Amino acid sequence: MSGSLGSAPLPPLAPDDHVLGAGDGPPLIVYADYECPYCAALHARLIAGDERWAFRHFPVRSKHPRAWAAACAAEAAALQGAFEPMHMALYADQARLEDPHLWERARRLGLDVERFDADRRSEQVLARVRRDFESGVRAGVVTTPTVFDDGALQPDR
Amino acid sequence: MSVVAAGTPAPDFTLRRGDGSKFTNADLVGQTTVLVFYPFAFSPVCTDQLNLYEEVLDQFAVQGATLYGVSCDSTWTQTAFKDRLGVTIEQLSDFEPKGATCRAFGVYHEKGGMPQRALILIGPDGVVQWSWEGEHPGVLPGANLIFDALAARA
Repeated sequence: MSGSLGSAPLPPLAPDDHVLGAGDGPPLIVYADYECPYCAALHARLIAGDERWAFRHFPVRSKHPRAWAAACAAEAAALQGAFEPMHMALYADQARLEDPHLWERARRLGLDVERFDADRRSEQVLARVRRDFESGVRAGVVTTPTVFDDGALQPDR
Repeated sequence: MSVVAAGTPAPDFTLRRGDGSKFTNADLVGQTTVLVFYPFAFSPVCTDQLNLYEEVLDQFAVQGATLYGVSCDSTWTQTAFKDRLGVTIEQLSDFEPKGATCRAFGVYHEKGGMPQRALILIGPDGVVQWSWEGEHPGVLPGANLIFDALAARA
């Protein structure tokens, strides 16, 4: 962790945010993790709907021990242009988030697995996940998933 | 009844640590303490709150703050809860006489027989520096609020 975790406004959409879904309206901003069942339920609703959303990582390890590893896997895949397929593959099977399962997903997606494995443990990737997490803490996120619509926190999403 | 305000010396109180020993005003001296009052062990909402604080515990340590969870559950229940959550935040019990410490700090929910969800920051001199109480127990205070209060001390 770095810097203060005091209150700060929700960061607006950044060029390197991961925006998913169709449509052209301003996206929802979703703080979630890959091991959280409520996040998977929200994910299922989002991919079945017609909204766009920006996905930001909010891994909490005491609640979901593999959430950080899964978030880093998604960011490592992003470095090979494959954030979205990895994101989908992670939510497709939350029961398999151990390292061999992550390598298998990378292989299936045609990624350079050795690079993927180095990247997912890198400071660059860790910093990227941490950036999302800290922005969520500072915006008052406590639980996952938390959804912001037009900057306003939406309860019970 | 509402939560004790900043500037008020912490009232006399006795809580029980996990090993059954007492935690009193004397334990506040010389450290910055954050008492995290939560309604019930094992309730889903409380779970998320303590898990998040655990995630940023190293940053609380940087600020010199020690967090404690406080509820009216017995020490046995609190210990099981702590183990289940996988958190290291020490738990303090206000089980017997039930709610006496919660009442002293103005956070006892009489109808519910439980603490209100509240946060109380106490300085090394035993004086309350900041406090927060949820409008209802479902409101979860983000870790950012505690970091704001810690930053405001200087």
